[in-house]
Amino acid sequence: MNETRHRVTLTVNGVLHEAEVPGRRLLSDCLRHDLGLTGTHVGCEHGVCGACTVLLDGEPVRSCLTFAVTADGHEITTVEGLARGGGEPSPVQRAFTECHALQCGFCTPGFLCTVTAFLRDNPAPSEEEALEAVAGNLCRCTGYQNILKAVHRAAELQAEEDR
Amino acid sequence: MKPPPFDYHGPATLGEALDVLAEAGPDGKVLAGGQSLIPLLNMRLAAPAHIVDVNRVPGLDGIEAGPPGVRVGALARHAAVERSPEAAAALPLLRQALRLVAHPVIRNRGTVVGSLVHADPSAEMPAVLALLGGSVRLASRGGEREVPAAEFFTGPMESALRPGELAVSAFFPALPARSGTAFHEVARRHGDYAVAGVAAAVTLDEDLRVAAARVACVSVGPVPVVVDVTAACGPRPAASADWEAAAAAVRDRVEPEGDIHATADYRRHLTGVLAVRALRDAAAAAHGEEA
Amino acid sequence: MTTRLFGEPVRRREDARLITGQGRYLDDLGAGALAAAFVRSPHAHARILDVDVSAALDVEGLVAIYTWEDLPGALAEPLPLLIPHPALTHGRTAYPLAREIVRHVGEPVVMVVARDRYLAEDACALIRVGYEILKPVVGIEEAVRGVHLVHEDVPGNVGAHLVQEVPGHGGVTAREAVEAAPHRLEFRLDVERSACTPLEGKGVYARWDADDGSLRVYSSTQTSTSVRMAIAAKLGLPLPKVEVIAPDVGGGFGVKIVHPWPEEILVPWAARLLHREVKWTEDRREHFVSSSHERGQVQHVRVGFDDDGRVLGLEVEILHDHGAYTPYGIIVPIITSTQLLGPYKVGAYRVEFSSIYTNTVQVTPYRGAGRPQGVFCMERTMDKIAAYLGRDRTQVRAANFIQPDEFPYDQGLTFQDGRPLIYDSGDYPEALRMLKELIGWDSFAEEKARAAAEGRRIGIGVGCYVEGTGVGPYEGGHVQITSDGRVHVSTGLTSQGQGHETVFAQIAATELGVPIEKVSVVTGDTRRFGYAVGTFASRAAVMSGNAIALACRKVREKALRIAAEALEADPRDLEITDGKIHVAGVPSASIPLATVAVLSNPLRYAFDEEAKRATQFAGPASDDRPPVAEGEEPGLEGRDYYSPVRSTFAAGMHAAIVETDPDTAEIRILRYAVVHDCGKLINPMIVEGQIHGGVAQGVGGALYEKMVYDEHGQLLNASFMDFLMPYATEVPRIETAHLETPSPLNPLGIKGAGEAGVIPVSAVIASAVEDAEGITIDRMPISPSDLHHLRLTR
Repeated sequence: MNETRHRVTLTVNGVLHEAEVPGRRLLSDCLRHDLGLTGTHVGCEHGVCGACTVLLDGEPVRSCLTFAVTADGHEITTVEGLARGGGEPSPVQRAFTECHALQCGFCTPGFLCTVTAFLRDNPAPSEEEALEAVAGNLCRCTGYQNILKAVHRAAELQAEEDR
Repeated sequence: MKPPPFDYHGPATLGEALDVLAEAGPDGKVLAGGQSLIPLLNMRLAAPAHIVDVNRVPGLDGIEAGPPGVRVGALARHAAVERSPEAAAALPLLRQALRLVAHPVIRNRGTVVGSLVHADPSAEMPAVLALLGGSVRLASRGGEREVPAAEFFTGPMESALRPGELAVSAFFPALPARSGTAFHEVARRHGDYAVAGVAAAVTLDEDLRVAAARVACVSVGPVPVVVDVTAACGPRPAASADWEAAAAAVRDRVEPEGDIHATADYRRHLTGVLAVRALRDAAAAAHGEEA
Repeated sequence: MTTRLFGEPVRRREDARLITGQGRYLDDLGAGALAAAFVRSPHAHARILDVDVSAALDVEGLVAIYTWEDLPGALAEPLPLLIPHPALTHGRTAYPLAREIVRHVGEPVVMVVARDRYLAEDACALIRVGYEILKPVVGIEEAVRGVHLVHEDVPGNVGAHLVQEVPGHGGVTAREAVEAAPHRLEFRLDVERSACTPLEGKGVYARWDADDGSLRVYSSTQTSTSVRMAIAAKLGLPLPKVEVIAPDVGGGFGVKIVHPWPEEILVPWAARLLHREVKWTEDRREHFVSSSHERGQVQHVRVGFDDDGRVLGLEVEILHDHGAYTPYGIIVPIITSTQLLGPYKVGAYRVEFSSIYTNTVQVTPYRGAGRPQGVFCMERTMDKIAAYLGRDRTQVRAANFIQPDEFPYDQGLTFQDGRPLIYDSGDYPEALRMLKELIGWDSFAEEKARAAAEGRRIGIGVGCYVEGTGVGPYEGGHVQITSDGRVHVSTGLTSQGQGHETVFAQIAATELGVPIEKVSVVTGDTRRFGYAVGTFASRAAVMSGNAIALACRKVREKALRIAAEALEADPRDLEITDGKIHVAGVPSASIPLATVAVLSNPLRYAFDEEAKRATQFAGPASDDRPPVAEGEEPGLEGRDYYSPVRSTFAAGMHAAIVETDPDTAEIRILRYAVVHDCGKLINPMIVEGQIHGGVAQGVGGALYEKMVYDEHGQLLNASFMDFLMPYATEVPRIETAHLETPSPLNPLGIKGAGEAGVIPVSAVIASAVEDAEGITIDRMPISPSDLHHLRLTR
């Protein structure tokens, strides 16, 4: 029995993509395997770890808890789309490197997407707000201390840039 | 961990959605936020033949706040309700509770109504609806019905929703003047389902004595456990109200079970502790309301 | 001037690709490859009666279904027992696909290959396996009763039994020493199971090249060289026809050192059989039930001590739950029983362990590898002695410390590498002094009293450990300088986030006097380096770091030799700065390493301007000497190995202040302090990162994580919903201080740091909660529910 396929149109990192997917295709798998954007990682497929977090119309969501068909016609930003034009790393990306906020790097794309959206809405967060912002993403390597440092550093870098 | 195959339907109107649901009957499942449903699908713990994705249906994402209360549409995300200043003004408890629902990223996608329909006794929003005596509006091809919370939650992960029905909105009634609310819970990790949690609403009379006090408890029964503790703590000034007696009444009423995270005894004890804290804070908020 | 890079917090060179989504982890490879999935046993112990695949045959995109009966030759044999030991008298390993009996939930029974993972899972769901359910053996106590057996031919479920005994003064036994001591204590301790739980599970991707008869396998492994040997052996392929590459790996923490996993040989086998690329990406549920766990132990302790708290005799009996199989031998309980001694002299010591089979997921090393349990035992013992004598807990520890002038210190035991447990260096009194200062130990009593006055309960705890790091047998390094001046470094061991590309480049840049930008590092790729052991036991920096340093020194020597000839100077007068060789103090008389690389390789053919210098008519040549002199090789490259006589011993001490809620029994860590000594630091930023991550895992083990099995052998919390890995909100800020006592055993003076952070955390938190509550804590982890019930039984 062949599954019905649905044509979906996604604007990913500003580029229009089309794919034909079964209704059950997870957005994470669609991005990774249909569109070849493997920067979005899959760590649990039940929405707890946050590695697959992408921006859907600008808001961070779990791509493993979203069907590709549901995202049809929407805009998605993945880790591949966070860098500035010309490939220059964004303040959040730079801060993660500066603060040694990643080790194996597997969870990192989810953190980067989450923090990018967070600092857009809250450019000068308190300690507590920064903690809450990253508290839904698991990291098994860093112990989070440097990730929290990176959130604040990114806010600084962003502020310098905006100046 | 990939979902099993299903027929996907993406209706563009409410009528279309209800038609598809009517045809699918018990084999149909509504997809809104998907934050509870899709994990079950990915683990193949659920295998509906039809998924009816209502995300394209217009008019379901409303948040209408006014003096009578707050009506929340089926596609209103947790985050949208949490951020709505009107909803917070009409019913501070909504924001108090929503901040305890999972993590911000889940709240960006998950819906309040979806959480009610999922009817997890560990979840916050069913407790809020139960505490306030709200209701859920269910639509089907045959028409609409409004089901009060007391009848809506029928068991763990079970609600009064019938095959062919779509929960289109939920109504959270506002509290009388001089009311305050609070939500306290203990979760193993921040953002986890609560080991125990208590939502409280306290209303003071004109002399600032406790006129009504009620709690709804999570994770200590098959459905949210609502206990009216007015008799135990009123009608006395909030400052001298016997919250401990109220907590004892609550402890007597709950029916916790043990699991891998906590024993039944601990849950019962904890519910009492949280009831005191929630009632005290709710009373303080009611005072603040007056002031 | 070349900056001295060794010891500097150089930013990581891995990050550029990892922060932009350009890393390549296992599942990022092989677009279009077929997908494998497995039918796994739903029962903890059962006999397989039949397998009915008929319903699955109609699944769209199905390619193949395999059971044990389909496996040829060596594939049909049990998986290797990687580390045999004479005491492991009843070692048992699984078959790649179950043969007749399944012994834990999750054991693979049927392999399915299909067009994609969705379809492969569809087929798995339709395959019916008939089972006769056998009595499961769950829990250490149940297992040692031996009424029901995990393996029919293993009586009493005892896989291994080992005793080590070190007599005290005058040859007294531990038993005698305990009996004769002025004070004695006896107690039992429990540590529950946890698991490595890297964010990326395992995975294997295989490409068979039929034209070439060769196999290329990518695996998310901690040892590509050994996976390669296992695949060649199991598939009957000549070793040179198999290459194994560890791509970017999303964390390991020990679980990925075990090999070959069933999938690591089944996937390549299927790829060869089908002439198609095949990939298996482990999902989270699979990782919980079919990888490895660790930590579960029961310990019985008897200790005798004097009025100062000095231990005179210590007897420990350990029951170690090693799950259904023993592919990694008895490394974990060996480490527990030896590293238990920590920084202390304990007089006479006797340790006995039994390694026990249960119908649960197998137990193999998880970061710390048995040390957290050993340290829990020793540190609980120290606290109990202090409580008994009414003394300060740090005083009792100090009374037992090995002193700085006693190194090398022989503990008289045999360590995990089969070599004597001799500590190389350390300064434990200084570490304790630093720790007490960092956490404010001496002023805590006042703080505690102040908190109590406010109705708050706080407590302080301490824990010390010594960690054997950098175990052998060896690692190697290869360094090549090419004619463009670039330095290519390779080593066989693998990386899972430790920053090897950075620290090894720091070492090479420092040794060779080149800018770090010129250095690139490859790890875990058998095409580049075939001889290696793997990444585990905090050994990468010590082993490969030193091997690379030695290889660099060879290359440097050769470069200086060639340059000396070109500059007509004495090689002893030459230095390398910023990639140029020059006479010391005379920067003008110089020759770039790039040119030396050209000159090192006599050419017949020129391919660019630079290469012309090395061609046969380019310049005066000695007619009576061959172009490649005797004893020389063409090219500016070198290879060397580092094989230590025994392990280095890092050490550390942690302290924590916790607050317990008097009503809800919630436990919060208010402060966490670490003093750490891993010898010379190569990159302090990276070492700190390792400590942070280790402590976070330790906090998980102390307060949140356990594997909960029911009596049927079902793992009840096989998801991230219920296996409570800490989020940022659960991990305290970690304050660190470093002490550097260099190791005399290796050229760089370094010791390993990878596991350190996790080791004492359970001991420290138990100590602190005990202090806050005044309740004895003998079992970890501890949840609010547990603490609540402990309070009730007080």
